[in-house]
Amino acid sequence: MASKVHVAATINGEPVEFLCEPRQSLLEVLRDELKLTGSKEGCNNGNCGACSVILDGLLVDACIVLGAEVDGCTVETIEGLMGSEGLHPLQQTFLENAALQCGICTPGFIMAGKALLEKNPQASEGDIRHWCAGNLCRCTGYDKIVRAILDAEPQLEVKK
Amino acid sequence: MNPTQTLEPVETEVEKKYKVIGTRPIRHDGVDKVTGRAVYGADVQLPGMLHGKVLRSPHAHALIKSIDTEKAEALYGVKAVMTAADFPDAGSRTANLGELGEVPLKPMCDNVMASDKAVYHGHAVAAVAATSPHIAEEALKLIEVDYEVLPPVMDVLKAMDEDSPLLHEDLYTDELGEKSSRPSNVASHSRHVKGDLGEGFAAADHVLEREYRCATVHQGYIEPHAATAMWNPDGYLTMWVTTQGAFAVRTSVHQILDIPVSRLKVIPTEIGGGFGGKIPVYGEPVAAVLSRKARRPVKVVMDRTEVFLATGPTSGSYVKLKMGVTNQGRITAAETMLAYEAGGYPGSIVALGGICMFAPYNIDNTTIDMYDVVVNKPKTAAYRAPGAPNSEFAVECMLDEFCQILDMDPMEIRLKNGAKEGDIQSHGIPHPRIGCIETTEAARDCEHYRTPLEGPNRGRGVASGYWVNAGLTSSVTARLNGDGTVTLQEGSTDIGGTRTSIAMQLAEVLGIPVEDVVPSVVDTDSVGYTEVTGGSRVTFATGWAAYNAGQAIKSQLIEQAAEVWKVDKDQVSLADGVLATTNGDSRSMTLKELAADLSQKGIDVGSRETVTPQNHGGAYATHVVDVEVDPDTGKVTILRYTAVQDAGRAIHPSYVEGQMQGGVVQGIGWALNEEYFYNEDGLLMNASFLDYRMPTSLDLPMIETIIVEVPNPGHPYGVRGVGEVPIVPPQAAISNAIARAVGVRLGDLPMSPQAVVKALSAKS
Amino acid sequence: MQAFDYVAPKSLSEAVSLLEQKGERARVLSGGTDLIVQVRENRRDVDLIVDGKKIAELMELSFDSQSGLTLGACVPCVRFYEDARISQLYPGLNDAALLIGGTQIQNRASFGGNLCNSSPAADSIPALIAHSAVCLIAGSGGTHTVPVEEFCTAPGRNVLGPKELLVSFHVPPPPRNFGAHYLRFIPRNEMDIAVVGCGASLEMESDGRTVKKARVSLGAVAPTPLLVAEAAAALEGRELDDDAIEKAAAAARAAARPITDMRGTEEYRVHLAGVLTRRALEKSLERAKED
Repeated sequence: MASKVHVAATINGEPVEFLCEPRQSLLEVLRDELKLTGSKEGCNNGNCGACSVILDGLLVDACIVLGAEVDGCTVETIEGLMGSEGLHPLQQTFLENAALQCGICTPGFIMAGKALLEKNPQASEGDIRHWCAGNLCRCTGYDKIVRAILDAEPQLEVKK
Repeated sequence: MNPTQTLEPVETEVEKKYKVIGTRPIRHDGVDKVTGRAVYGADVQLPGMLHGKVLRSPHAHALIKSIDTEKAEALYGVKAVMTAADFPDAGSRTANLGELGEVPLKPMCDNVMASDKAVYHGHAVAAVAATSPHIAEEALKLIEVDYEVLPPVMDVLKAMDEDSPLLHEDLYTDELGEKSSRPSNVASHSRHVKGDLGEGFAAADHVLEREYRCATVHQGYIEPHAATAMWNPDGYLTMWVTTQGAFAVRTSVHQILDIPVSRLKVIPTEIGGGFGGKIPVYGEPVAAVLSRKARRPVKVVMDRTEVFLATGPTSGSYVKLKMGVTNQGRITAAETMLAYEAGGYPGSIVALGGICMFAPYNIDNTTIDMYDVVVNKPKTAAYRAPGAPNSEFAVECMLDEFCQILDMDPMEIRLKNGAKEGDIQSHGIPHPRIGCIETTEAARDCEHYRTPLEGPNRGRGVASGYWVNAGLTSSVTARLNGDGTVTLQEGSTDIGGTRTSIAMQLAEVLGIPVEDVVPSVVDTDSVGYTEVTGGSRVTFATGWAAYNAGQAIKSQLIEQAAEVWKVDKDQVSLADGVLATTNGDSRSMTLKELAADLSQKGIDVGSRETVTPQNHGGAYATHVVDVEVDPDTGKVTILRYTAVQDAGRAIHPSYVEGQMQGGVVQGIGWALNEEYFYNEDGLLMNASFLDYRMPTSLDLPMIETIIVEVPNPGHPYGVRGVGEVPIVPPQAAISNAIARAVGVRLGDLPMSPQAVVKALSAKS
Repeated sequence: MQAFDYVAPKSLSEAVSLLEQKGERARVLSGGTDLIVQVRENRRDVDLIVDGKKIAELMELSFDSQSGLTLGACVPCVRFYEDARISQLYPGLNDAALLIGGTQIQNRASFGGNLCNSSPAADSIPALIAHSAVCLIAGSGGTHTVPVEEFCTAPGRNVLGPKELLVSFHVPPPPRNFGAHYLRFIPRNEMDIAVVGCGASLEMESDGRTVKKARVSLGAVAPTPLLVAEAAAALEGRELDDDAIEKAAAAARAAARPITDMRGTEEYRVHLAGVLTRRALEKSLERAKED
């Protein structure tokens, strides 16, 4: 067996060190080693977005990033989204819009929404649909998810 | 893409008499689910837990001559290896699959792990538990299986041929109640006859006869199956499972493993979608046996490929339909043959396809022949209105063809023939109070339908749908807390906000805010027997149990208040969370005050309720869709979509809309792109979310919803199931829209771009 | 997944020496969107993963009006399309960068990784061919160049030796009156593999009507992405009217020799090759006129 590698990263604002096998994905590291199970495995090959996290400011699928690759990087997961003032506006608008049914895709969608609105605070319905095409939801038909992201825009604007 | 013109939520009509019902509270489990804290199947972690992986057949149809696990057992980190030989002999015992009824146990055991024969690509043949999932996977490669490959049987009609290779030498057709003389891939042939077809067709001015096919499609829930088992040395087995029914898992596992039901506790985790596919057991008994052998907890999580290869697709099907109508558009007769794939073992849902097929219409003369056929594909499971989309697709497409022949509006023909209370259905049962006509009228009158569609290669399609819904057994336990809130434990796993829709019904009875009800989904030791979350039954049936619990608590509170005030209980009322005397002496106290008092006195107020309601009422939907077809590539774009549906009573309208929108989009996927693609060896080629093309957000407009409320007299609040029927109309609505856009009628699903191009070039 | 080692060298020479030691058992990691999945699904055997993303040359993205574009093999799509100047100068490459996978994939996947994966359906390859891109390849013996259209040799195979790696692409500066486009057909609108892909570029004469130079490339219609010289020949020196476009489309259909698989039949793919060639040329012309 290949020897484990030592990785030091910043995860949800905290410095974190861990050992992982090179074959372990970032998703496995988050879930199995760091017990951050909010990022979900839906496909394990980059086609559903349930494991979406923000790596050095970019939205990625954690299942197709190696844990070893994040040495020196910053990782944001759903667990880090809630600040001292409570739920993030996206978390709140997802609740208010009934934008989740089973909820398994929700962490990935919320992370995708966060990355989008940081880049494009006035994203249109079309922008949202395009940006989120890598996040599959099988329950909602996306309608209420798109509305929830649109609804978060003015709240994020106010927060700024 | 549809403009964002409909961003305001659609308000439904809510009668003033309700304070909670019809409102849109935030769901009780919401915060857990938006923060990543909710624990789903694969999130379970136990000390010392091992990871189980399953070896699967690389062949569609093969005898298993031997399995050698010696090398796998020797790999460092491997703690247990199992095969079907580790299961007790199933004998002639049976198992209960809830919505799908009672089934023989042997095929169910064999489906969990093949004993002597693999009957589909991906069929489980052995499993390993190891200290990491990677080691378990490495061990699988060391298991040697000797197969004798047999010719695969992949097509339902070819499987019915007398000279087809057989999947099961011991399978004989149940031919209208008689056992056939020779084995066959046809498990059963059943029939419903009503009226006289000869007379009916003689009265018709126009008769059409067509064939319709549906490809095999998958439920596509985003969370793969996951089960964790901990088998203690004292014989007690605890399982954490993502499932639509903890009790169904308990029943299946106790029967497969032949252990007393009392030794098995199933703890349902949060569930990441099911749509019918998380009713059967797959890795659950495997995890249990591995745990027993390894003496450690074992978690078995499928990957996406395994989910596609080996879990519940719905039936691929062949439907032949002949219908006749008069010049006035009255349907006089319908004759149909339905052949549904069951997958590797008998038990397709063809019977429900038959029951639902003509239910939206009152037709005097009908004959329905139904065939349940085994093929070398995964054993089918329920999928949202199981069986109904396949058969109703045919009827709805043909009706549209008649509309064009007769130059009649699609809503008019549906209203003219629409089913009403008391009409006898094709299987002989009269309709209860249903909202078929009201739903169609609402669709006819909606803004979308009244707005003309313009532009080249564009067309509007209409289709209706019916789903029978289910009642079945549900239980809750409710207890009043000292602060006046109510703890509500329920057996129905919550896939889409039902904790809240159930709690709302209890809150309505007591006149308290729904936030004062604290619902939780509990394990099989902690609540009464509850059937699966399926059949659109949870808000209906489990909601009813909560209603009864509310009534019981209400009468206990009234009794206790009467005791405090020394009056007759008939002279006490409870409304809006306040108890008051009705004898004119104006005494009152809040429910919270009484609760605190009772708590101090040590008086327990609460109730355990179990219901098995029968009058679940059917659900109707009518959909309108606008499409644009690219004639060069065959691609169909959904421009606008409106779904109209009778909800009986929308308890939480947001989640009713959500069910409608989700069902529509699954129907759109089924209509346009989803299919199991097998090669000539019967191997599944597209077992991934990349090539099994479910709709993404970019493929869709907003889905507009109109909720019609024709209360179900069979429920205290008038609830009808809403979850399933919205998947029924989209396939035909889109086919009809394509026909009106570019003049070709597609009767085979999916209507993929290349199928559209092929049809267009055949036309020209 | 099989066990392997992971190294992230900081220099090209270090990477080359690692490849020399491990040969075919080593593989360069770029965005990982193909490689990690292939190793996980037992479709590729590796002992060593060499992460290229810490090597400056592999991460370079620059433009010089004399030498043109330098695009490092590991530069993710997102960097390309977020570079306002470069994305405008190379519109066909930009089209490809914007439609590979979804957002998450574009934040990781690179042109270099896409080329080295050598799928016949790769989205970036026809675009690179249309833009006349050349590969810079490094090995123990130094570096050499190969035009992109000569890079792939079969599905999943290419000219890279076991001890070589792709360093970067070099794309000539766009001439005046230049336009290019890449498009593909997929059944969904994102997250799909091309049923057919088509790249085109046009350099027009100053009259804006006559084609000076053309390139047409196709993906997913042959074992490797194709440069369709016959389509270019049908256009060059001619006015770009419907007739010329139809001749080019016919040449594309003739050049296509696809297979039937789950993503499309042979017949449908040949048909689409013509449809997409027409659309790619029309869009390229539109862009050339704007240039």
